[in-house]
Amino acid sequence: MSNPELALLVAVPILAATLPLLVGLRFDSVGWPIATVAALVEAGLAVFVASRVATEGRYVHSLGNYPRQYGIELVADGFSAAVVLLIAVVTLAVLGYARRGGAREKTYYSAFLLLCGGLMGIGLTGDVFNMFVFLEIVGLATYALVAAGRSGRSALAALKYLLVGTAGASMYLVGIGFAFVATGTLNMAELSRAIPETVGYSDPLVVASFSFVAVGLSVKAAIFPLHTWMPDAYAEAPDTVTAYIAALVSTLGAYALARIIYSVYTPAFFEAVPLAGDALVAFATTSIVAGSVLAVIQSDVKRMLAYSSVAQFGMIVAAFGLGTEQALLGGAIHLVGHGLMKVGLFLGVGVIASAYGVRTVREYANLGYRSPVTVAAMGILLLGLVGIPPSVGFLGKWYIAWGAIEAGAPVVAAVVLFSTLLTLLYVARLLETLYFRPPDDVEGAVPAADVRLRSDGGGDADAGTDDVSADADAGTDDVSADVGAYVDVDDAGMAEINAGTGTRPVSFGMVFVVAAIAVAAVALGFAGPVFEGFLGPFLEAVL
Amino acid sequence: MTALSAPGGGSLALSALDGVATVPLALSALSTRYAYATFALLFAIGLYMMIASPNLVKKVIGLNLFQSAIFLFFVSMAYVRGGAVPAIPSEGGAVGAYASPLPQVIVLTAIVVGVSLTAVALALIVRLYTEYGTLNEETIREVMDE
Repeated sequence: MSNPELALLVAVPILAATLPLLVGLRFDSVGWPIATVAALVEAGLAVFVASRVATEGRYVHSLGNYPRQYGIELVADGFSAAVVLLIAVVTLAVLGYARRGGAREKTYYSAFLLLCGGLMGIGLTGDVFNMFVFLEIVGLATYALVAAGRSGRSALAALKYLLVGTAGASMYLVGIGFAFVATGTLNMAELSRAIPETVGYSDPLVVASFSFVAVGLSVKAAIFPLHTWMPDAYAEAPDTVTAYIAALVSTLGAYALARIIYSVYTPAFFEAVPLAGDALVAFATTSIVAGSVLAVIQSDVKRMLAYSSVAQFGMIVAAFGLGTEQALLGGAIHLVGHGLMKVGLFLGVGVIASAYGVRTVREYANLGYRSPVTVAAMGILLLGLVGIPPSVGFLGKWYIAWGAIEAGAPVVAAVVLFSTLLTLLYVARLLETLYFRPPDDVEGAVPAADVRLRSDGGGDADAGTDDVSADADAGTDDVSADVGAYVDVDDAGMAEINAGTGTRPVSFGMVFVVAAIAVAAVALGFAGPVFEGFLGPFLEAVL
Repeated sequence: MTALSAPGGGSLALSALDGVATVPLALSALSTRYAYATFALLFAIGLYMMIASPNLVKKVIGLNLFQSAIFLFFVSMAYVRGGAVPAIPSEGGAVGAYASPLPQVIVLTAIVVGVSLTAVALALIVRLYTEYGTLNEETIREVMDE
């Protein structure tokens, strides 16, 4: 059972993380090239693993060839392959953006690669204690990256995240300690077999163990009321870091929760202890409402998107708690889709902050006509977040709502639909500001462009809000053509803006990454059958 | 990391794991009850300290206490009354009951993780202190909001 590509997926970025520091002793600005090479290797490996999973299904790699009772297993199945692909794609996208828009420091790229390796580890590990170690590697790298904002605020945000995150991970450790006392094993497959055989599901030890694990991982996934670290960390981190952690760190937290629920405790545990599943769904449902309401009242765009994540992760975890096939499928799709949409949105926020130095909803007034491509891409992603078809956001919510009805939980289905309205509330507010509010009314907003923009740029932006499907059908070529036009306009307009506000130039690559993610999010909206086919064997195995 | 706990001797480690699984839970809990009580106490004190103290350094101390409680829990659950050290004699062969090595390896790993976290936390606190000249979280927030 030696399939070294699984080990390499984890090891390559962790080993590469040492290189920027080592090579940096001799040469300058080596961080980005090293990180990109590692990310490309990761992407290749991820595609290889995904194609292997698609053809032969679940397969494992035993580290050091120890039997799984004592050794560590890395497991690739449909769910983990999907998450690994997401990590690889998001890593490449963020690096593509960071070439011009990111930090220059070597240490930044070391932490970035360490984070990537930790995320891959969470995605692939088949051992509950090993998962704790990777959770903490991810945590350590994230705390360092959040603090890379250099301000006192970002240091405090990172420290808060560290305290809350470590408490969460420690709770998880207590939980697996209880499970270990009950069964004597740490391997997920062994645990799922041993729990019913040795002590039974309703044993207090097993129930306590589940509670600790669920609370600990809910901290990592930022479920209300354990989300408090998230808005500060997202808002104070540098833009590339926010995009990366928003897309992946909580996502892998929620993934870990799903993995533990389905591969360790199994749905039979929820049948034996209905309270556990009900409580999880109740907390997650509260999170949907609370996150949406809190997002509506935010003025800072990054903070608003952070609270939106609280709501979306509530939806994902609720889906995992429901445990029907459709709900689990929807949760997995929304996990991937939300990660993709959020990385695009936060990078879009980064483009706008780089170009104009504005960060609040009010200051975004009329930007739809200044940066048509970026704003159109953000508009598409925002509407995807609401769940308007065709987009991956719609697909995920559709399956979750369907699964909720199937599971006989109409309240959850109602909340999912209601949250769509709430999401629309803050998304519509942002879109209205971007396109319809004249900038002259708002203090601090970017003044209207002196130069009248080319009509096709503005027209495309309108199409983006009014009719997403038309825009989607228009396809990639159209978007990239517009990107070219946009950059021309942008270069002309930028020189005067740069002088005063200390902003930095926006490159073609930065805008292209945001636009490409928007196109991908729409394209994945048509990929329902692909998801079903890819995740089908995993769903059959766990349900 | 856990792989290191089974250096070749599969049957030995297996019997150790069996020991954990088959010793009646009530009995083992009874014999080491004080350790579990200490665990619960330290766990609660650490958590409370992290939440209640406005001093950032004390928060980190609370975090360490909290984690030490968990280490204590792992070490005490591996303990077998009258058990030997889980080392394999070079001439081979099992030697009666011995403590399970796996939780001890887990604790070693967790200690390493805990130390790195403390280092990062203290580095952040140093940065906050140079910037704001205080360790009180509430004061820092007040200064920030101004």
